[in-house]
Amino acid sequence: MVGPIAGGRGGGLSELETSRRFEAMAAPHLDAAYNLARWLTRNPHDADDVVQEAYLRAFRFFGGFRGGDGRAWLLAIVRNTFYTWFEQRGRHKADVEYDDAGAGLETVEASADQAMHAGDPETLLLRAADRQLVESALLRLAAEYREILVLRELEELSYKEIGEIVGVPLGTVMSRLSRARLQLRRQIEAMDRP
Amino acid sequence: MTTMNCEEAQQLLPAYGDGELDLPRALALEQHIERCAACTAALRSQRALRQAVRSVPYHRAPDTLRARLRAQLPLPAETPATAAAVPQARTRRDWSRWAMPIAAGLALAVGLNVMLAGQRAQDDLRDELIAGHVRSLQVQHLSDVASSDQHTVKPWFNGKLDYAPPVRDLAQQDFPLLGGRLDYIAHRQVAALIYGSRKHFINLYIWPGAGELAPASQGSEGYNLVHWRHDGMEYWAVSDLNAVELRHFAELQIAAGTNKVANAPNT
Repeated sequence: MVGPIAGGRGGGLSELETSRRFEAMAAPHLDAAYNLARWLTRNPHDADDVVQEAYLRAFRFFGGFRGGDGRAWLLAIVRNTFYTWFEQRGRHKADVEYDDAGAGLETVEASADQAMHAGDPETLLLRAADRQLVESALLRLAAEYREILVLRELEELSYKEIGEIVGVPLGTVMSRLSRARLQLRRQIEAMDRP
Repeated sequence: MTTMNCEEAQQLLPAYGDGELDLPRALALEQHIERCAACTAALRSQRALRQAVRSVPYHRAPDTLRARLRAQLPLPAETPATAAAVPQARTRRDWSRWAMPIAAGLALAVGLNVMLAGQRAQDDLRDELIAGHVRSLQVQHLSDVASSDQHTVKPWFNGKLDYAPPVRDLAQQDFPLLGGRLDYIAHRQVAALIYGSRKHFINLYIWPGAGELAPASQGSEGYNLVHWRHDGMEYWAVSDLNAVELRHFAELQIAAGTNKVANAPNT
């Protein structure tokens, strides 16, 4: 029974049957795909384009889908589509600014331990209550940090699933997630300062 | 259980907060946190940040995008039967099947995978189960819900699997339920329950399976496995526990499933 999915379009199935199978697999994950694309591109128009392109690619590559976790498979394609698209159109100005902000934060990384103790949780909670502040702080993070936080906290994916999507080992998932959280915390604190 | 120092605790806190820590470490960490103000503060701070991130908008795909996809992908026309079978709260003229709940996708995946699992060479399956068991005992073991309460573990699987694995605590028979997680076996997500037996751990893998099969023991690479089918479910117990006791565990599971009295919560 590996045939239907693994065989895909080339497996002798009718186009209609392949389409049906693709639809059954891909449709339930459209929201997840869009949410990731939206956070990566940071605007609805580009998110539309990225998801559309990603779903067309996914359909083309559907023959190579081995079954299993459709969501991870699709999100990996959305992510790759985004990075290709991003490179092709050149990094736009805003991203350079965002990444610079991220690079500046990188220097505080060494004091991670200190940072864990620093910051009053209640104060952070108060700031966190300001959704817009948190949202803009997240949008300012470098894409690799933004995506890992979205996958972990909004999609609630496991380290294993994130590793599959991003294409890195578990240890890297953990360290990147730590850095992403530290940078987000710093960003929130920096933006909250009058 | 060894005592944990602050440095270790701090390293494990993120994985703990993400529910990715194995049960023994989670328990050791909790013991440490109870006594350590710094780690308590770090945990609260970590939770505050998580809450903050979860407050940001989740962007759902707009209907216009569904329509665009429908127009561009060579998809079959919607069949009236499907449309009728899916009551829609909101009207989606285009792409309404794309708004269907996850059920459709799962139904297909499950159908395929059950057959897939059935055809899989037993050896491969056995190797996968052992690998899953070994993985679960490693540092970065993925334990998703750590609880000895069957009423916590069971609901946790709701919505994560398309079937409800029977969760039974056998604490009174010296096999306490330690937690549960999702694992990936034979190309599908399956429920894995973790039981303790003195210093040993047992992974009990459960997925739907038809027919009845009496417990059959086998061993491989120093691990023991017991396989049985009961009441619509396929069970594989994997452990480094000796074969006799593991088989006893299997029999207790079956007895608990057959006799609802035995299945009642312990008091």
